[in-house]
Amino acid sequence: MTAPPLPLTVREVVGETAEASTIVLDDERGGLAEPVPGQFNMLYPFAVGEAAISLSAFDAGRLTHTVRAVGPVSEALRRLEPGAQVGVRGPFGRGWPMRRARGRDVVLVAGGIGLAPLRPAIHAVLAEREAFGRVLILYGARSPADRLFIAELESWDARDDVDLAVTVDYADGGWRGRVGFVTALLPHIRFDPDHTIAMMCGPEAMMRAVASKLTARGVPASDVHLSMERNMKCAVGTCGHCQFGPLFVCKDGPVFTYAEIEQLLAVREI
Amino acid sequence: MTPLADLVRAHPFFAGLPAGMVDLVAGCGANVAYPAGGYVFREGRPADRFFLVRHGRVSLEAFLPGRGPRVFQTLGPGEVVGASWLVEPHLWSWDARALDAVRAVAFDAVCLRGKCDADPTLGYALMKRFVPILVARLQEARLQALDLYGRAS
Amino acid sequence: MDVGAAYRVPATELNVLVAALDDAGYAVWGPTIRNEAVVVDRLDDAANLPHGRRTVQAGGRYRLDATGDARVFACVHGADSWKRLLHPPKVRLWRCTRDADGALDFAGDEPAEPRPMAFFGVRGCDLAAIRRLDDVFDRAAAPDPVYEARRNGLFVVAVECAEPGGTCFCASMGTGPQVERGFDWRLTELDDADGHRFLVGAGSALGAELLAPLALAPATAADETARRRQGEGAVMGRALDTAGLGEALVARRESGYFEQVAERCLGCTNCTMVCPTCFCTTVEDTSDLAGTTAEQHRLWDSCFTLGFSYVNGGTVREGGPARYRQWLLHKLATWWDQFDACGCVGCGRCITWCPVGIDITAEAAALRAEPVP
Repeated sequence: MTAPPLPLTVREVVGETAEASTIVLDDERGGLAEPVPGQFNMLYPFAVGEAAISLSAFDAGRLTHTVRAVGPVSEALRRLEPGAQVGVRGPFGRGWPMRRARGRDVVLVAGGIGLAPLRPAIHAVLAEREAFGRVLILYGARSPADRLFIAELESWDARDDVDLAVTVDYADGGWRGRVGFVTALLPHIRFDPDHTIAMMCGPEAMMRAVASKLTARGVPASDVHLSMERNMKCAVGTCGHCQFGPLFVCKDGPVFTYAEIEQLLAVREI
Repeated sequence: MTPLADLVRAHPFFAGLPAGMVDLVAGCGANVAYPAGGYVFREGRPADRFFLVRHGRVSLEAFLPGRGPRVFQTLGPGEVVGASWLVEPHLWSWDARALDAVRAVAFDAVCLRGKCDADPTLGYALMKRFVPILVARLQEARLQALDLYGRAS
Repeated sequence: MDVGAAYRVPATELNVLVAALDDAGYAVWGPTIRNEAVVVDRLDDAANLPHGRRTVQAGGRYRLDATGDARVFACVHGADSWKRLLHPPKVRLWRCTRDADGALDFAGDEPAEPRPMAFFGVRGCDLAAIRRLDDVFDRAAAPDPVYEARRNGLFVVAVECAEPGGTCFCASMGTGPQVERGFDWRLTELDDADGHRFLVGAGSALGAELLAPLALAPATAADETARRRQGEGAVMGRALDTAGLGEALVARRESGYFEQVAERCLGCTNCTMVCPTCFCTTVEDTSDLAGTTAEQHRLWDSCFTLGFSYVNGGTVREGGPARYRQWLLHKLATWWDQFDACGCVGCGRCITWCPVGIDITAEAAALRAEPVP
């Protein structure tokens, strides 16, 4: 437990999909430390409770979180109106390896709501596009209607210096894009395995499959980064809930290298 | 060497296949094209070919009464479409449709099966290319079926 | 600092020490007997310490017997520990009010008692447990405000065990029965041909400062010899072979042996509640009916509950084997990775207070004997 939450005002709430919304908070006074891509905040809708929510974007004075409704806290966050206040603690955790990624090809693989924590990394790469090699974004969603940030996906797709591939698990006849699991996109992308940083976020089963395919392609496990999810209460490593073997996901992660956690990922119910 | 043999050699599916085998395989092939929306094959019909996609994308779909066509996989340039020609009773399990204008090389199944039977080395080389793809697709289909991004029940 | 020269305190004069702490402004806490078990409570007088009793402890068993003598510290701990005072079972972290415009205002944690605490009679195991909690609540780098408010200014009076309990194994864990650091005063109770008496030595400058005005008689060489012999003669009820233990357990974390333990384990959480190092907590959010005031409380939690590892959609550690594994491996293996120490201090409480007598020393040894899967 650190200091009590800081009240921040909701600037806007944007519905992304039937289940997910993006909540933009004002922190123009800079009450919280500047986050880095991959970190999360603890959000507290009044009288409901706290939940760990990744930042899906940030810039001066604005903290953006994208949340999928899975429980009372995330439901309450989605119902917030502009002008309402939420309590915020953060930012917490170890983020994406942005410095290590410089000069390398960057492979970003997202599944479902996992695109949200990756988005600040994509923003950081695109803000200094020339500092990185190839930029490949692979995104798997449940269905076309479950895609997050659709306008932004289109803007990435329109760029010559970004390779974006979106695939969905299920589609009806109206969808013109790809259908299939996100791992099916991997054989078609080109990168230099010796000079690549991979970052991924999604369900564990998806990340295990993606990470093993990337390492099979020759990317060292220490260059493959995964963002993990566990129950978090305190966010500073004292409540014990997020333990993953010897690791505290809240403070040692949420971003880990595959080298650090490959063995743990193979242990059931750890 | 025919232009078709060049296409076969250049396709990732046949990467590294010895020249003699390329010629054998290409001897069973023909260029084909499908307009957007056109069927490449239909469920239940004889699986007498397989396809190497060169341009455009093909969707594999099932038609569900009351729900219309459900797409479960799309395949694009550099990928292979069709495995039912390999196994009895040589009937397509699904519909395959061109999502946009598709150009592909189609291989005659009877011709190719005959050559493989006559030359098991060729058959083995072909199997070594098909099996990893089929296993990968099986794994992907399983991950898809797990509905990992879906709302927890 | 080294432990300063020891002084003699006659058995009848022990309250001199308690009174000195009270005079120095401390809220003194110590062991006492309530409902036939040793608990930690406010100590107004040394007479309230558990005289003339000893604990009879075994797996799932706890009883107080008469010693037939006047010794005070023959009686080791009960289920309770000093953890309760430093890391309260329930504490308010903050209170939040919402005004008519929807603006939120957060106010910090529940104030601790204004007087610093003195713990009178901390055993070696519990002394080590306080060091473990100091690591968890990160006193060195980023102290937890709730813990720090209680831990800061704490005066520790350690006591050396002459008669360890039947489930004790501090000697295996290197935490007792004799103690050499981490206290302000160290007490040793002696009851031999030279009579019933206490030795007290200072382990800190503050401890020495508070002892000085008491004008106690110095301990004799014979007293020191008696102290050493008493420590060497203390018989542990249990032992745990710690050599290479963490690695051995991690190598067997997928062993089927956990299924066997889980068949006996009730998942009652007793072991985690009585453990002096188990620190896990959850939070509870409450609000008033008017919807204008809300609070967040921190409560002890246990890795044996299903909700503990809940993530969106389900519980990670669904099975009893996985939950027992989490606890055992955290205590004896992964704690080392996290805090460079062992999470178990050898107090034996989890054995005594387990309703089915699951014994951490026996389970660790049995697991170690299993083949690596």
